[in-house]
Amino acid sequence: MNPEELFLVELTVNGTPLSARVPARRLLSDFLRHDLRLTGTHVGCEHGVCGACTILLEGKPVRGCLIFAVSVAGSAVTTVEGLVNNDGTLGVVQRAFHESHGLQCGFCTPGFITTIHAYLKENPHPTEEEAREAIAGNLCRCTGYQNIIKSVLRAAELIDSGVRDDH
Amino acid sequence: MTTKSFGEPILRKEDPRLVSGQGRYLDDLGHDALAAAFLRSPHASARILDIDVTDALEVPGLIGIYTYEDLEGRVAEPLPLLIPHPALLNGRTGYPLANEYVRHVGEAIVMVIAEDRYVAEDVVDLIKVSYEILKPVVGIENAKAAHNAVHPSVPNNVSAHSVKEVGDARAMIESAPHKLSLDLFIERSACSPLEGKGVYAIWEEDSQELRLWSSTQTSTGVRAAVAAKLDLPLQKVECIAPDVGGGFGVKIMHPWPEEVLIPWAARKLKRPVKWSEDRREHFISSAHERAQEHHIEVGFDEEGRILGLDVTFFHDNGAYTPYGIIIPLITSTQLLGPYKPASYRVEFTSLFTNTVLVIPYRGAGRPRGAGRPQGVFAMERTVDAIAKYLKLDRTVVRERNFIQPHEMPYDLGLIFQDGRPLEYDSGDFPASMAMLKKMVGWDDFETMRSEYAAMGRKIGIGVACYVEGTGVGPYEGGFVQVETSGRINVATGLTSQGQGHQTVFAQIVADELGVPIEDVFVTTGDTRRFPYAVGTFASRAAVMSGNAIALAARQVRDKALRLAGEALECDPQDLEIVDGIIRVKGDHTKSIALKTVAVLSNPLRYAFDESAKAATQFAVGDTSKPPVPEDQEPGLEGKDYYSPMASTFANGMHAVIIEILPETAEVKILRYVVVHDCGRVINPMIVEGQIHGGVAQGVAGALYERMAYDESGQLQNASFMDFLMPYSTEIPTVEAGHLETPSPLNPLGIKGAGEAGVIPGSAVFASAIEDAEGFEIRRMPISPSELWELRRTMKENA
Amino acid sequence: MKPSRFQYVRPRSIPEAVMALQRHNSKVLAGGQSLTPLLSMRLASPEVLVDINGLTELSGIELRGSELWIGAIARHQEVLTHHLVQTHVPLIQQALGYVAHPVIRNRGTSVGSIAHADPAGELTAVAALLGARIHVSAQQGPREILAADFFVGPLESALQHGELVTGVSFPVLDATWGSSCQEVSRRHGDYALAGVCALVQVLDGRIMAARIAIFSVAGTPLVIDVMDVHEDHEKLNLKVQALIDPDTDIHATADYRRQLVKTLVVQALTEARVHAELRQS
Repeated sequence: MNPEELFLVELTVNGTPLSARVPARRLLSDFLRHDLRLTGTHVGCEHGVCGACTILLEGKPVRGCLIFAVSVAGSAVTTVEGLVNNDGTLGVVQRAFHESHGLQCGFCTPGFITTIHAYLKENPHPTEEEAREAIAGNLCRCTGYQNIIKSVLRAAELIDSGVRDDH
Repeated sequence: MTTKSFGEPILRKEDPRLVSGQGRYLDDLGHDALAAAFLRSPHASARILDIDVTDALEVPGLIGIYTYEDLEGRVAEPLPLLIPHPALLNGRTGYPLANEYVRHVGEAIVMVIAEDRYVAEDVVDLIKVSYEILKPVVGIENAKAAHNAVHPSVPNNVSAHSVKEVGDARAMIESAPHKLSLDLFIERSACSPLEGKGVYAIWEEDSQELRLWSSTQTSTGVRAAVAAKLDLPLQKVECIAPDVGGGFGVKIMHPWPEEVLIPWAARKLKRPVKWSEDRREHFISSAHERAQEHHIEVGFDEEGRILGLDVTFFHDNGAYTPYGIIIPLITSTQLLGPYKPASYRVEFTSLFTNTVLVIPYRGAGRPRGAGRPQGVFAMERTVDAIAKYLKLDRTVVRERNFIQPHEMPYDLGLIFQDGRPLEYDSGDFPASMAMLKKMVGWDDFETMRSEYAAMGRKIGIGVACYVEGTGVGPYEGGFVQVETSGRINVATGLTSQGQGHQTVFAQIVADELGVPIEDVFVTTGDTRRFPYAVGTFASRAAVMSGNAIALAARQVRDKALRLAGEALECDPQDLEIVDGIIRVKGDHTKSIALKTVAVLSNPLRYAFDESAKAATQFAVGDTSKPPVPEDQEPGLEGKDYYSPMASTFANGMHAVIIEILPETAEVKILRYVVVHDCGRVINPMIVEGQIHGGVAQGVAGALYERMAYDESGQLQNASFMDFLMPYSTEIPTVEAGHLETPSPLNPLGIKGAGEAGVIPGSAVFASAIEDAEGFEIRRMPISPSELWELRRTMKENA
Repeated sequence: MKPSRFQYVRPRSIPEAVMALQRHNSKVLAGGQSLTPLLSMRLASPEVLVDINGLTELSGIELRGSELWIGAIARHQEVLTHHLVQTHVPLIQQALGYVAHPVIRNRGTSVGSIAHADPAGELTAVAALLGARIHVSAQQGPREILAADFFVGPLESALQHGELVTGVSFPVLDATWGSSCQEVSRRHGDYALAGVCALVQVLDGRIMAARIAIFSVAGTPLVIDVMDVHEDHEKLNLKVQALIDPDTDIHATADYRRQLVKTLVVQALTEARVHAELRQS
C-alpha cells in the first residue's frame, strides 16, 4: 500500500496564519486539535449531532467534524481559544457562561460558546424562547440547558452594557 | 473580614480555564502518542474461528496487531469482578480481548496500534475474522426462558438471586382489606457523557515507571488495577484523571479492557499510546443501565396505608458482571423511598443477556440514579394505583404512608449497598410534600384542567417522591497544605466530572482557614497528590471528601494557631484568622500572616521568599525539645480521612404538568417543579445546576432515550441520530424549592445531591400521563407512537 | 470513526468536475453534511471525492425567466434568508426551517439534499411537489431531469455515474398560490417521522388547485393531487392513506405514521390556504 498523499493546508486561525501537511481525509476538527494543537474544540460524536466541535468558519458556526480541512484551505477559522479578549480576559460569552453557571464538565461548552457568539452578532436581543432555539443544535449532558439559556441572555445583557469584547 | 463562602453561590474556579479552551481532557493530551483502535465483534454471540491479518500488515503506519493469543501474564486473565456479593451466584467477567467467544456486539477482539487513529482504523478494516455464529439471548424474556445460554457454565442465565424480607409481607397482603397487583417495566438507557472514555499511557523505560491518564471516575482504582494486571509495584504506577467530560456512572467501572491494554502496549512498545473512544464504541462497548421487569403485590387498608408490599423483579445485567449486582441491590433497598409499609418482601433475579454490560447510571460518579429510578417507578406507580383504587388524592395516600420527622433516624430493617443497616438519618417528608403542592398548585389543578379542557386541550399532573442514599463510604481523604507564598494546596483522591469540586472544596477550606478562596487550589483524581480514595459516585463526593478536607483544614488551623500563639506569645484560643492573617481577637496590632507561619512550621528556613524573610523576626519552638518535636511534623499541612458509620439520605419530590396533543400523542411539558433536601448546601448555584441536569436526564429517560436492541442483539440506535438525547427544545425550565434538614451524621451536615434530578423522572411522567389519559402506564420510557398505540388498544378493549 | 482514504480532487470548472467524476467510485462533495458522517462511519468509502466547493458559478440563487434557480453550492442558510426565495417560492423556506439546525444549514446545501434523494428530506418533497427541474452536467453535455423522474428510491436518484447536479430550478409561484410544510419529528431538528408539504391556488377566495407531497412514509416523496377531496377530510384521508406505505421502526409504528399523515395533511392544507390569502392581501 502506498503512503498517503499529503496536502498543505493553510488557515488563518484566530487571526494567525497556521498550516500543516495532512491527508485529504483529515477532518477539520482533528486538524485543529491534533495538527495545530488547538484542543479547545472538542469532539463528541463525529457525526455532526452533538455540536461540541462547532467552530466559526468565516464567522459562521459550522461543525468541525463534518468538514475536511483541505476543503476549506485558505479560510479564516475562529475557535473558542480565539474568543478570549486580546488582554487575556474572558470574551463576553465566555464570561456569561462563568457568571451564569452555564457549564459543568465543560466538554460541550466550546461548541455552545462559538454558536452563541455568532448568534448574538445577528440577534443581539433574544427572548428566552429565542435563546432556547439558538442553542437547540448542541447537546449538553450536564446542565439541562437552563443555565446555558441564562448565559445567552446574560451575554446579550453584557454586550448591551458595553462590556469589552474584542471579537 | 473574610467573607464566609459556605452556603454562597460562589462562581466556579474551574470555569475560566474551561470556557476559554484551556481545559485538558484525555484526547487533548499526547498528540504524538501512537493511536489504538479495536476490531469489535459484529455478533452478539459467536465463537471466533480464525483471525486473518495478512492484508492488514501491508498498511503503512501500522505498529502492532494484538489478539488474545498475544496477551501475557495477568493481562490474559479474566478482568476482575470488582464487587462480589453473596447473592451473586455466578459472576462472570470478560477478557481484555475476546478469548475464543464473544458475548455482545462491540466486545473487543483485536487491538491495533498505529501511527494515528485514521491508519489504525484502516488496519482494523482489513483484518478478517471468521465466526461460528451462536444464538444470542436478548431481553429479559429470552434470558428467563433460557433456550440459549450466554455462558455455557450458567445454563439458566441467572447471575444472581436475592430475597429480603421485613415482616411477613405475603401474609399481610393475604389478610389485607384490599389488594392490587401490577407489572411494571423499564427499558435500558445509558449515561452517555459527551466525552467518551479514553486512556493515555507513558512507560518510562529508564525508571520502569508507568504514568497513565484515564477519563475515569476513580483514578486510584484504575491505578491499583493496572499495577496488579501488569505485575508492577503500586509505587511504579501513577494514574491521573484529567478534565473529564462527564461520567454519570459509566466511568466508575474499572479497569475497562482498554485501561489494561493501553498501558500494556505502551510498556511493550516503549512508546506512549493513546486510545480515545469514539461515539459508536461508547454505545456498543461501554455500559448501559436500567432494564428491569417488576411484578408487585400490595395489600392496603381503607385509608391507603400499605400493609404489605411484595416486589419480584428481574434485572438484565448484560453479558458480564464486573461491577457486581449493585443496581438490583440498590433497587431492592431504595425502592421504599419515604414510605413505611408495615411489611416488605423483595426478590430479584439478575440475568445474563448477550448485550453490553450494565453499570449504575448516575448512581456512580456524577451519578444520576443507579437502580433508583426503577425502584421509584415501581413504588410510585404502586402508590398511584392505590390512590386510584380508593379514589383518593395521590398526595394524600403518599402522606399517609410517609415516615414522619419524629421517627428519624428511621431503621428500615434492610442492609444497604454499603453493607450496613439501612437507616434514614433525617428528612421531613410532609414538609417537602406541602412545599411541592404549594409550588405546583396541586390543589388548584382541577380548575386548570377544566380551563384547558374548555379549549379542547388535555393536561395531566404527576407526582413522585424519592429518598436517595448518598455519601456512601467507606472513606475519602483530604490533604491541605499552606505554602510559604500563601498558596493553599488541597488534594483529595476522588475525581471530578463537572461537579465543581475545585470550587466547593475551596469554599470549605477558605472558611475553615479564614483565607480568601482565590488562594485555594484543589486537585482531584491524581494519585501523585493523594493516593487513597474510593471514587466519585452515589452523590458522595461533597459528603466524603468535603468532610475529610474540612477535618484536614482544621488540623492545619490548629497547628497554625499554635505556632502563631508561640510567635505572638499569646494563647492560641485568643487568635483568629481573617483574610490569611492570624491576629489577636480585639487587638489587630498583634498579627502574623498565615504564610509566615508556614515558614515557621519548617525549622529549615532558607530565605527564598518574602514570607521567609518576614519570619526571621519571630522565634518559635521550645529549645528544650528537638527542632521537630516527637509529636510534630515539619510544614503547615494536614491530612485526614472521613469514614462515616452510615450513609446519609437526601430526599426530594417532583411534580410535572404536561399537555398531551390529542391527535399525535406528543407530550409537552408545561411545568416541572422540584423540591429537594440535601442537607446543608455548600454552594446553592452548583446544587441547583445538578438538579437541572438530573431533571434533563429524567425527562430523557422517560420520553426519549432507550437502547433499541433487535432480536439478534444488534443495537439499532448506536448514534446520536437515533439515540434521542434531548436538545434544549425538549427540556423544561425547572422550578426548584429547597429544604435543608442537616444530616446529623457528619461535621458539615451535608448529604449530597448529584442524583436529585433524575431519580423520579419515569415515575413522575408516568403519573402525569396516566392522569391525563385515564389509563394505566406500566412501561417506560414512552414515545408518542407508543402512547398513541396504547390509547388505541385501550379504546378497542373498552 | 475516521473516514477511509480517498483521492481528493478540487476542480476549477464544471467540465473538470465532470471529468473527475468519470473515475471509478467517485462521489461529489458539496456541503458534506450528510456525506461526511457516512464517510466517518465508513458506511461509504468512495475512492475519489470531487470537491465542488470552489465552483463559485454554482453558488448563485437567481431568477431565470419564470423559474428560481438555486446553484449546487448555495448553502441552506443562504436560501433560507434570500429575498428571491421568499418572494417567489416561499415553500422552500417553509421547509428549510425544519432542516436540521442552523449550524448544519450554514454548510449544507439545498441542492445537495435533493441530489441525496433522502425520502425523509423536506426539500425532496418540495422539489417533487413543485415539479422542479434538476440540472445535470455530464460528459455528453447538460441534461435536465424532472423531479418526478429524479427520485427513484430511498437515497437513489436517476443520476448516472459521472454526472454532476449543478442546480435545481423551481417554478415561481405567483400570489394566487399558498404553501405550507408541516412535520412531526421526535426532537426538534430531527428527520421527520412523517411530513407533508401542501400547495393550493386560491382565486377569489376559492381553492382552484390543491396538491400535497408526503415525505418519510415511502421510499420517495409522494405527490398527490387532492383537489377532488380537499373539502372532505374523510375522503381526503382515505385517498392519502391508500397511497402511502409507511414503515415501522424504532421511533414509530407504521400506523402511528399514518395517523400523523392524517393530521398533517389537514394542517398543511389549512395553512397553505391561509398562506395564499396572506400573500394576496
